[in-house]
Amino acid sequence: AEAAELRARLRAVRHTVLVLSGKGGVGKSTFSALLAHGLAADETKQVALLDIDICGPSIPKMMGLEGEQVHQSGSGWSPVYVEENLGVMSVGFLLSSPDDAVIWRGPKKNGLIKQFLRDVDWGEVDYLIVDTPPGTSDEHLSIVQYLSATHIDGAVIVTTPQEVSLQDVRKEINFCRKVKLPIIGVVENMSGFVCPKCKNESQIFPPTTGGAEKMCQNLNVSLLGKVPLDPQIGKSCDRGQSFLAEAPESPATLSYRNIIQRIQEYCEQHHFQEEKIM
Amino acid sequence: TLAERTNLAGVRHILLVLSGKGGVGKSTISTELALALRSAGKRVGILDVDLCGPSIPRMLRVQDSAVHQCDSGWVPVFVGQDKAIALMSIGFLLERPDDAVVWRGPKKNALIKQFVTDVAWGDLDFLIVDTPPGTSDEHISTVEALRPHQLLGAILVTTPQ
Repeated sequence: AEAAELRARLRAVRHTVLVLSGKGGVGKSTFSALLAHGLAADETKQVALLDIDICGPSIPKMMGLEGEQVHQSGSGWSPVYVEENLGVMSVGFLLSSPDDAVIWRGPKKNGLIKQFLRDVDWGEVDYLIVDTPPGTSDEHLSIVQYLSATHIDGAVIVTTPQEVSLQDVRKEINFCRKVKLPIIGVVENMSGFVCPKCKNESQIFPPTTGGAEKMCQNLNVSLLGKVPLDPQIGKSCDRGQSFLAEAPESPATLSYRNIIQRIQEYCEQHHFQEEKIM
Repeated sequence: TLAERTNLAGVRHILLVLSGKGGVGKSTISTELALALRSAGKRVGILDVDLCGPSIPRMLRVQDSAVHQCDSGWVPVFVGQDKAIALMSIGFLLERPDDAVVWRGPKKNALIKQFVTDVAWGDLDFLIVDTPPGTSDEHISTVEALRPHQLLGAILVTTPQ
C-alpha cells in the first residue's frame, strides 16, 4: 500500500537524477543546485530539487531560500519555489533555527525521506534532482528503495582529483553497482585553478593517482567533465545566487553547462529508448 | 564490563575531531595532530569511526594492513615513523579497498561499540577519534560509548565559507 502511495505521487516525474559522492565537501550540493538552475533555464521544463542531507542541508542557503517554511495544503506539502518552474524541498525548511542540529539515527532519517517523497506535492515534474549526504548508508539505501516506485535515470557522482576523495568515490561506484543504479557519469570538481591575475594554472588538489579521468577509465564509467576552482562559486553559494548567472564568462560555468547538457542528453535518450521498447 | 575497563583504562585523554560538514579536513587534522603529539613524545592512538569513508589508513600509508585478535580484543595497527601510533579503522576490515560498507545505522552502531570497547589500546596519553560528517548514528554511538571514559572534549573543524 505504501509502495502504491509512492508510485502514485511519483507518477508525474519524468526523469530522476541522484547526485552522489562517497566523499564529503566535493561539491554535491553545489552541483545539484547548478544542475537545477541549468535545467530550469528552459521555462517549459518543471524542475524539482530534493535535499535529503538531513544532518547538513546545504540547499536552502545555496538557493537563496534560508528562512523559508514549508506550507501544507490539501494536496500535501508545498515545495518552496525559487522560480515558477523550480521547486525545492529540504529538512532545512523544517527547522525553527538554521543552527538547530538534527541528531537523528537512521530510522528517523529514513522516515523523513519517505515523507518527502510521499507527502510533497511536486506536481508534474520533468526533472527530479536528489542531493544526498556523503556516504553509503541509510539515506542512500532508502532513497534507492523508495524511488524504485518510479525509475531513476541514474546517478551523477561528484569527486575532487585527489586519491583521498577517489578512494571513497570508488566505494560509491560499487554501491551503485550493488543496488543496480545506473551511473550517468562522474564530475571532477576543484580540478585546477587559474589565477585571474597571472593566468597561471595550479593544481590545488593534485591528482596524484590520475584523478577522476584515470579512475573512470579503470572502472569503465563516463567522465562527464572537469570543473576548475573558481572562488566565485563559493561566494555565489554563500549568497544563495546561481553561479552560472553571476559568472557567465567563467571557465567553470562553461564546464558546468557542458556537463548539464550531457546529463540532459542522457536522460532524453534513456526516455526515448524506453518509449521505443514500449 | 571488565573488558571495557581494561581496554580504555590505560588511555589518559580522549579527543573527538568533529565537523558537521564533510571535506573540511577532519581526517587530515586528526592525522597531523597524532603525528605532532607523537613527535612531542606522547603515546598516541587514532580511532577512525568513519565507516563509509575511512581516510586515515591511506593518510598513514597502511591501507593494505590487516588487524589481528588477541586475548583482550583487536590489536591495532601500529603506524608512523617509529610504528608507535596505534590505529583502528574499518579500512582494515575490508576484503578489498573499494568495497562499499553499505550498512544502516544499527549495524554501524554495533561496530562502533566494538571499536570502542574491544580494541587493545594499551597505555596511551591521547586517543584521537576521527568522525564522519554529520550528527547521526556514528556520532551518537561514539559519544555514548566513550562517555564513561576519559573524554576530554571535541575539536571542531571548518573551512571559511
